[in-house]
Amino acid sequence: MAKVMLGESEKWFIIHGIQDDMRNDGRSCEDYRHIEVETGVVSNTHGSSRLRLGSSELLVGVKVELGSPDPKAPTEGLIHFHVDCSPNADPSFQGRGGEDLSANISCILTRIYCNKSSIDLNTLGIIPHKQCWVVHVDVLILECGGNLLDAVSVAVKAALHNTGVPNIQVTDGDEGTQEISLPDDPNDVKFINTINAPVLVTISKVGSRHVVDASAEEELCCNASLVMGVTKRGRTTGMRKMGGGSLDPESIPEMIGTGKNIGRQLHISLDKLLKTEQGMAEDIEKAGYL
Amino acid sequence: MAGFELISDEGYRFDGRKPSELRRVRCNMGVFTQADGSAYIEQGNTKVLAAIYGPHEASNNMRSKVCLDKCFINCEFSQAMFSSAERKKRSRGDRKGKDMSAHIKQTFEAAIRTQLYPRSQIDIYLQVLHSDGSLYCACVNAATLALIDAGIAMKDYVCACSASLTKETSLIDINHVEELAGCAEFSAAIMPKLDQIIYSELNGRIHQDELGQLVDAVTSGCKDIFAVIDRFVRGRLEETASYFTHS
Repeated sequence: MAKVMLGESEKWFIIHGIQDDMRNDGRSCEDYRHIEVETGVVSNTHGSSRLRLGSSELLVGVKVELGSPDPKAPTEGLIHFHVDCSPNADPSFQGRGGEDLSANISCILTRIYCNKSSIDLNTLGIIPHKQCWVVHVDVLILECGGNLLDAVSVAVKAALHNTGVPNIQVTDGDEGTQEISLPDDPNDVKFINTINAPVLVTISKVGSRHVVDASAEEELCCNASLVMGVTKRGRTTGMRKMGGGSLDPESIPEMIGTGKNIGRQLHISLDKLLKTEQGMAEDIEKAGYL
Repeated sequence: MAGFELISDEGYRFDGRKPSELRRVRCNMGVFTQADGSAYIEQGNTKVLAAIYGPHEASNNMRSKVCLDKCFINCEFSQAMFSSAERKKRSRGDRKGKDMSAHIKQTFEAAIRTQLYPRSQIDIYLQVLHSDGSLYCACVNAATLALIDAGIAMKDYVCACSASLTKETSLIDINHVEELAGCAEFSAAIMPKLDQIIYSELNGRIHQDELGQLVDAVTSGCKDIFAVIDRFVRGRLEETASYFTHS
């Protein structure tokens, strides 16, 4: 079964190991597990990415469609996040079982992306008050191996980076109305600018130390964690404390400092990978699940 | 009928295949580490992931369905929101999904040796990543591979294929565009070595005389798919066995 169950002694073993800076798989407290990212894997979407972090596996598909803008922000486009927990990951996600987790993750994503600095929504507007691009980001969770939030945010950034919005021409039609025409060439796209897109870093408190990228077993040993959205420049776009335990107010600045450094490094590695992938030939076969 | 020709004058379908040709089938087993068995299959552009959990003790909400003499099979079919050309609003639990889950459950109840696992539950979860026609068939083929990966006893492989009839020629392994064209569509799941049909479904209207031709077409398509899947499974088995024999 996919649910991880730990006995008391196993929990103490993990906690004591972390006190001595030794985790079960040999990592130090600030190391991430092996991350694999591949973009452009789903062909009928405008952008997509596949991510594997340790034993967590996700697939993100981005589709854009035309819609009407929010009356409070008539020149901006809209981004909607939706998370789907597949029963492949855990039998308890069958039917409506995964809805709590999905709602939680999509709320957090909406919170870090829907502010002025993350993605410039003005680039998604077409005709003020009438038409704009609505970007639907669909996250499919295929395997849960701990630290889902970080994995989701990295995959979403990669997918948005890969998303090409068609270049639209706005012309003046008859009677003062404006008409939009889509390009004939499917490659005539404008990629979304993800320079300021944030990435989530979860710092979990285990015993008296804090660890980054907790695996499923380690998540059972920690009862308080801090999730922060960090941009490339090290700025925080949002923060939330999760879990039923308590955090010492003096340890919070230390955790935030660690989170910022790690977030910056994560961005550097991800950007390097995305740049390499963009430079690769268009017809290279994506491995996907084969 | 269709506004465009399903078969050109030279005898090719619009994606370049001959009427009796299958799409390219690529598969892989053991894709996930946490599930007891998993598989991935690509039939052309239709991509399906299958995960099997079990046999295990019945979960809390299914305890009432437990049978004393055989295992209970639970199946759920879900489609990713980005799988079809238009974004789907509901990935599972809608009528079509429940219908598909029920058909696949019925198919595998006939194929799995359920008497060997009394009082247990086997979960079959299917996730469609990209849908381009013949969804039921790709799901059944993926589930067969995943069940083999999980080591669950079955009477035989289960291979499924679809076919359509136009201008007296049968088209095997139809894709989404051919499905929309409005001709009759026949899908069937077959146990190839035992030569038995365990599930069949016909949508649309055909003449009674044409039924025989359609069934033959589907049977030959299934046998072709069986050849591909069998070759893959044997290759994987040889590879795994070679890890044990090297000194």
